[in-house]
Amino acid sequence: MLYETLKLSIRTIMRNALRSILTVLGVVIGVGAVIVMVTLGQGTTAQVTASVSSLGSNVLLVRPGQAGFGPASATADQKAFTVQDVAAVQTQVAGVITAAPLSTKSLTAIFGNLNHAMPVNGTDNRYLQAREWNVASGRIFTDADLQAGAAVCILGNTVKQALFPDSDPVGAIIRLKQISCNVIGLLETKGSSGFGPDPDDVILMPLKAVQRRIAGNQDVNQIYIAVDKSYDIADVQTSVENLLRERRGIGVADKDNFTVMNMAEIANVLTGISGVLTGLLSSVAGVSLLVGGIGIMNIMLVSVTERTREIGIRLAIGAQAYQVLMQFLVEAVVLSLFGGVLGVVLGLSLAAVGGHFLHVPFIVSPALVVIAFVFSALVGVAFGYFPARRAARLDPIEALRHE
Amino acid sequence: MQPSAPAPSSLIRFRGVTKVYGTGDATVAALKGVDFSIARGEFVAVMGPSGSGKSTAMNILGCLDTPTEGTYEFMGAGVGALDRDQQALLRRNFLGFVFQGFNLLPRTSAVENVELPLMYRGMAAAERRRLALEALAKVGLAERAHHDPNELSGGQQQRVAVARAIVTRPQVMLADEPTGNLDTATSEDVMNLLTSLNRDDGITIVMVTHEPDMAAYAERVIHFLDGHIVMGAHAAEAA
Repeated sequence: MLYETLKLSIRTIMRNALRSILTVLGVVIGVGAVIVMVTLGQGTTAQVTASVSSLGSNVLLVRPGQAGFGPASATADQKAFTVQDVAAVQTQVAGVITAAPLSTKSLTAIFGNLNHAMPVNGTDNRYLQAREWNVASGRIFTDADLQAGAAVCILGNTVKQALFPDSDPVGAIIRLKQISCNVIGLLETKGSSGFGPDPDDVILMPLKAVQRRIAGNQDVNQIYIAVDKSYDIADVQTSVENLLRERRGIGVADKDNFTVMNMAEIANVLTGISGVLTGLLSSVAGVSLLVGGIGIMNIMLVSVTERTREIGIRLAIGAQAYQVLMQFLVEAVVLSLFGGVLGVVLGLSLAAVGGHFLHVPFIVSPALVVIAFVFSALVGVAFGYFPARRAARLDPIEALRHE
Repeated sequence: MQPSAPAPSSLIRFRGVTKVYGTGDATVAALKGVDFSIARGEFVAVMGPSGSGKSTAMNILGCLDTPTEGTYEFMGAGVGALDRDQQALLRRNFLGFVFQGFNLLPRTSAVENVELPLMYRGMAAAERRRLALEALAKVGLAERAHHDPNELSGGQQQRVAVARAIVTRPQVMLADEPTGNLDTATSEDVMNLLTSLNRDDGITIVMVTHEPDMAAYAERVIHFLDGHIVMGAHAAEAA
């Protein structure tokens, strides 16, 4: 019986194909919008999470000044750190696995007739260790390199692609500013997540080499800290802050002149923002679902009036009220589900295309698709019930007389 | 007013059936205490001018309406006070309807139209199709089973309607001016079909008609006038 009713509904809907499509447009747009919003939202969240976790989730970044996300640079009031600060963090704070100093400059590297601009990080092997980063070929720094501040460098894969598209860079000599630099290694590819800077677009040099030969000072302008997972990262953060306040001579009443960023915290904030946006946009889309439902109710009422005679015939030959009710209810649900299917297809297509242009990964959530279907079915039931009840309550005598 | 003598196998019996429409001062009595009975296997014509109450009587007979007063007994049971769903079940199980305007579902093939009452009985598709084709064969439309109503002539459409009425093997077929929209030759075809269904298959038929020619096919004619039955006579006497 249900199968018959279903078949009948599909036939009725197909008969008025254009009208049916126009009717369900509201549901299509509603469902489509929800799908686009949520899919892109989830993609962004995943991207942010991946991007942040590529830095390591158990990581603290220390920069001079109270800047948030800006480039790490030491200005007059933003006193840089020293190698001694890094050593103190490493030895005096419980829970710190590795503290690596960074001195960063943006430079252009030249090899043959190719050149490429990227940041040059002066650091040591602790940085590789903290980021769990290995060389794909060649070698890491030796103690001698680090002690002497030798002009050697390790290339990120993006730099390798730019300067050595077809050849092995290890052993080659590139020019950085005025200095010639011996390439000793090639880093493994971290992979760009599309959000934030490309982690592979970097050249690593010994800290002393950058300080003496490029920056011309003894500054450390970033400390990269890997924290033991068994420690509460917030506690470690507080300890690092207290230690640095003391070392930098900041009074009890004064503000920090440095920032300790907790990458996990940043990830949470970004994911939270993305979630709130998704929620807001989804509720706007929900309103269009409501409007779609009203459209369905409207057309079902028209349909009941148009088919009064048919209803009369059905009642006269023995259809019970609930059977007529079911017929119209099923029709409304089929109509609305049809809108849901179109909406899901449209939404996913738009999200795929939009994600491509916005460089957001396309992540289809099966739960979302199921929810979209359930929701559109519910819209059909909610807005189809009133017209269906009207049909079921028709007086067969009156209905048969209806022209 | 002479109510016909109650037959022992009385299928339908009206006892003092009154139907009043409207409320307060604006009431109109369509039926004013009507008594009659119809025996199993009869072919009865119901005649009368517009507003005489014959349509109201037919609606009550068809369980589409309920009497205000009096009782309507069908197969010996009072059915005047059934609720809508019980009425629907009674129609589905015991009654077949043929209308003046055919009332076939548009854009639905003849055989599907005939299957409809069986579908509401919840019969399996294959069995339904078999019975529907059988009924169509009986009315001489086996060849046209898969045509839509708009591809059929008026007479053919009415035959499909007759097939739909008899496919459930009803106790009684109620025909409301079945030849009202048909020309004379086609009307005769349909009347011959009804007569043969009555005679050969023993289906009780109650038929409303304006035309004495059509009433002449019936065994008995009930005349309505102003909410009363004015004469319960056999067709032979009426003619």
